[in-house]
Amino acid sequence: MLELKNLSYTINEGENEKKILDNISLTIGDNEFVAITGPNGSGKSTLAKIIAGIINPTEGNIFFEGSDITKASITDRAKMGISYAFQQPVHFKGIKVRELISLAAGTKLKVAQLREYLSRVGLDVNQYMNRQVDSTLSGGELKRIELATIFARNGKILLFDEPEAGIDLWSFQSLIQTFEKLKEKENCCVIIISHQEKIINAADRVILLSEGRIDKPYVMER
Amino acid sequence: MDKIRQDMLVKIAELHEIPSGAYNIRADGETYSRNSTENIEIITKKDKQGIDIIIKPGTKNESVHIPVIIGQSGLEEVVYNDFYVGKDANVVIIAGCGIHNCGGGNSRHDGVHRFFIDEGAKVKYVEKHYGEGDGRGKRIMNPQTIVELGKKSEIEMEMVQIEGVDSTDRVTRAELSEGAKLVITERLLTHENQYARTDIDVKLNGRDSSANIISRSVAKGSSEQLFISKIEGNNKCKGHSECDAIIMDNAVVKALPEVDANSVDAELVHEAAIGKIAGEQIIKLMTLGLTEEEAEKEIVNGFLR
Repeated sequence: MLELKNLSYTINEGENEKKILDNISLTIGDNEFVAITGPNGSGKSTLAKIIAGIINPTEGNIFFEGSDITKASITDRAKMGISYAFQQPVHFKGIKVRELISLAAGTKLKVAQLREYLSRVGLDVNQYMNRQVDSTLSGGELKRIELATIFARNGKILLFDEPEAGIDLWSFQSLIQTFEKLKEKENCCVIIISHQEKIINAADRVILLSEGRIDKPYVMER
Repeated sequence: MDKIRQDMLVKIAELHEIPSGAYNIRADGETYSRNSTENIEIITKKDKQGIDIIIKPGTKNESVHIPVIIGQSGLEEVVYNDFYVGKDANVVIIAGCGIHNCGGGNSRHDGVHRFFIDEGAKVKYVEKHYGEGDGRGKRIMNPQTIVELGKKSEIEMEMVQIEGVDSTDRVTRAELSEGAKLVITERLLTHENQYARTDIDVKLNGRDSSANIISRSVAKGSSEQLFISKIEGNNKCKGHSECDAIIMDNAVVKALPEVDANSVDAELVHEAAIGKIAGEQIIKLMTLGLTEEEAEKEIVNGFLR
């Protein structure tokens, strides 16, 4: 279970303070599939980075499985089972797809295991495992590999920042199926930041962020 | 041969035992062992230190190992090795130099390699440099590589300096005839107070000749690197040079890529990029459970692969 308590994040813009996140409180249970949506600049990505430990909140606390992890490092949170898929995938010159996914899995993966993770994102293992994770891959390919690293983590919290960005419509449909399958996994919650109606529709609960605040309890019309 | 020297042979040439095919192992300034084959003859030079390696025309799928190791502190040598690669031959040449210096004197190996590659021949050349030992004496290597590529011949050169070389001045010269092709891949790591200079000069003289120079380096500690590459396009040709460096700590890296087009049909491109490890690369690997140090190591190792 993940619990955010009175989280705020403030930055200084010249002499003025700007609240990116304003007193966010939220509890996400095990096995829940939550979508976070809202307009650009509403603080969605900041919230995701705070959960992953990349940004420290200026106020408030984060609890994971009952313990306060507000001060825990990115590495420690990853080891506890929090995985985070970047909105903009990172390039690594010289590191191969199979090596990056093996790092994510924490062990040198066999081809059969790689095939399993890559097929979930619609990539052929033979075609991709020895490619380098650099600009020779297209934006869409990099994004899928980014998602595959998260599946290989086998974490307890799977946090995706706009997984649909850069993915073509055809593979988008199978991506949603992949997310729906994650729901069947036990002791794992999925948090997806998205603008996509189809992803939002697949969620158990939708949270609407607006100007750094959760406006009101929001339930999608089914 | 003792364990230190044997281990160095593994590091620089992946030699766990005596190789098959032609070889010449040079240890502490002398030939330690040698083997010529029917197609590849190795002869000691009469006028100076070094060997001639003569590869018969049409030799296919054979290899030559010519590693050099120095375990004796204070030994300084200049060695001349000439490779004559016959028409249509296709061979792999594995060179490399390892210095173990635990004494007070400087140990230095300056290898001058000349390649005369005949029409249609293909060569893959691998050179690894490595230094170790805790003596005050420096470990120095100044390789010179001179290549003459005949019509439609090809050479792919992989030049790697793994670690532990205090000072290196790496000079490479190449001239290409019609349809010849040259690929140079350099991987370089410097640390502590080490210095490395790379100086590559390629002349694309023949029609449809091509050169691709790819250098990736990492400079750590207070080390210093200078990368100079010049591609001269004197005909209808293609040339590309790329220098990519990761700079860390207090290191200094300088890159001077030059392309000279002397023909309207020369297509020449150069790229140079120097920068520290991107913060987001480290963050991404930390979200996969690596510590900052582990992340940095993976990024550097991958980059130099």
